[in-house]
Amino acid sequence: MNESFSIFSHYGSKSGVERAAEVIFTASGFFAVLAVASITLYMIISGTPALFQVGILDILFGTVWQPEAASASYGILYVILTSIVGTFLAILIGVPIGVLTAVFLAEVAPPKLAGVVRPAVELLAGIPSVIYGLLGILILNPFMYRMERIIFAGSTTHQFTGGANLISAVLVLAMMILPTVINISESALRAVPAYLKSASLALGATHIQTIFHVIIPAAKSGIVTAVVLGTGRAIGEAMAISLVSGSAVNLPLPFNSVRFLTTAIVSEMSYASGLHRKVLFTIGLVLFVFIMVINVTLTRVLKKQNDSDKGEPAGRKGSGERKAGESMRGSQPERSVQV
Amino acid sequence: MRKKIFTVICTAILAMSALAGCGSGETSTASNQTAAEAAATSASSDTQAGTEASEQADTEAAKELSGSISMVGSTSMEKFANALSEVFMEKYPDVTLQAEFVGSGAGIEAVANGSADIGNSSRNLKDEEKAKGVVENIVAIDGIAVVVDPTNTVEDLTKEQLADIYAGNVTNWSEVGGTNSPIVVVGREAGSGTRGAFEEILKLEEQCKYSNELDSTGAVMAKVASTPGAIGYVSLDVLDDTVKALKLEGVEPTAETIKAGDYFLSRPFVMATKGEIAEQSPLIQELFNFIYSDEGTQIVEAVGLIPTK
Repeated sequence: MNESFSIFSHYGSKSGVERAAEVIFTASGFFAVLAVASITLYMIISGTPALFQVGILDILFGTVWQPEAASASYGILYVILTSIVGTFLAILIGVPIGVLTAVFLAEVAPPKLAGVVRPAVELLAGIPSVIYGLLGILILNPFMYRMERIIFAGSTTHQFTGGANLISAVLVLAMMILPTVINISESALRAVPAYLKSASLALGATHIQTIFHVIIPAAKSGIVTAVVLGTGRAIGEAMAISLVSGSAVNLPLPFNSVRFLTTAIVSEMSYASGLHRKVLFTIGLVLFVFIMVINVTLTRVLKKQNDSDKGEPAGRKGSGERKAGESMRGSQPERSVQV
Repeated sequence: MRKKIFTVICTAILAMSALAGCGSGETSTASNQTAAEAAATSASSDTQAGTEASEQADTEAAKELSGSISMVGSTSMEKFANALSEVFMEKYPDVTLQAEFVGSGAGIEAVANGSADIGNSSRNLKDEEKAKGVVENIVAIDGIAVVVDPTNTVEDLTKEQLADIYAGNVTNWSEVGGTNSPIVVVGREAGSGTRGAFEEILKLEEQCKYSNELDSTGAVMAKVASTPGAIGYVSLDVLDDTVKALKLEGVEPTAETIKAGDYFLSRPFVMATKGEIAEQSPLIQELFNFIYSDEGTQIVEAVGLIPTK
């Protein structure tokens, strides 16, 4: 019995196990890399032919989307603009609400209340996106249609959409990014070292002053991460907004029916063929590039933070403190002015 | 060394996946070649008599018929063609009925140059196509209903009014005899067979100004049902009480009016052959006998189409 635990015996079989485990781990590690590499390669291979067949400028800056017409036109400028504007507006609405909710959870809420709100937020993250879409159809669209009829009463130029418009899509997106923003911001806020808060309070700042002038600036980099991840989620969402946005290719104006990059692919993939299909892959490539840019931005943000950590030997007390301590330096001037 | 091996494996898999990815765009044409060779020889004279198709003859034929038939053509006919091949292959286990969906024009082209046995087309054949010896065999008729929400007071539209609404020239129901309420124009996405047929019949190809381009019939029904002032088009078979189907030129969209040719928003489903059916191989003749039999009629009705009889 004892022998099996000896570090000297069964050297051969042990080293075999060690090696096998090593190989399995390495293979698993490579799997993710392989997936990313093949997806990248595939998107480039399948997305670029149409770019050259139609013409890069004609696709990216054309405004007419008529893929099935006799003289087909594949301009996706409005689609790209819609994705950018829609995502931006969703961030504009979702981030303040999300960050304030995170402040509430981390600082203000009594533990019992936080114990109710936090699971609710986590549940929000788990709701399938199609459910958001259904709620959008049932609640947002009729409401938007009523507003539309009031605002555009008597208008002859406006095309009525029945409530399926940019605003509906933006509101759904804003709600969908909330869990991401809240969870990440909250961890960032909680990672702010207690001595910063104590110092601020000791200097006579109120709780609210401390939150806005000390804690939030100290958690800045975490909040930026939350925003970037939220952007990624918003720009990649398809199902929910395909139900509420109307899916007609238009300029992204609030009450216009709009089509996003994602919904452009989803809605036409099933029947598209030939060049039309290739262009849909190109749209996928454009979306892919957007996502990559967002991810690179995120990596940069995190790297910048890490780099400056290295230059600060005092920050070795713990990752949370280091992170917070670093961001703190950036916000030093404001703080000194305020406190 | 280990690193090298991994790199090699990695590259190999990457290359394979890339190739596989490229291949997926092409339509698969692999068919049962051996069965095809057998087709000509094994089809017995029994099947010739199948024109009168007594039940007994059918079962006898079922034992002896084997081979493969290739159908190429309209995407709109996908549902029908798949249902047909499923039932037909169940009845004749040795027969392979292959269907590809590449569009009506391509289907007729394929049958004209002999690369397919049957060309599926969701429109009537053009004269130049008939000149190539392709024969139009109408197997079913597809009807499109124009639907509005149930509270709409408009009952009837003319062809011009309908075209004006979809072209964006008419934007308020009061202009076509309804209440003062904006029109919400709902349609299908580019590439949809229903949209293609609708725009083709109204001569509005790519001129429609949709405010909603939805990607399924169900979505159109739901949107129209829930949006006051909406108008949409759907296949005849999905009509229900949640929406109101409009009369067009005073004609209700029913199977009877469509068969009589009174309702203009309809199109034939054609299974074109090179030469008359009687000139085809016994196997193909049996397929058409099957389509025009009671069983075939049931399939046609099951997928929401109108039988020609």
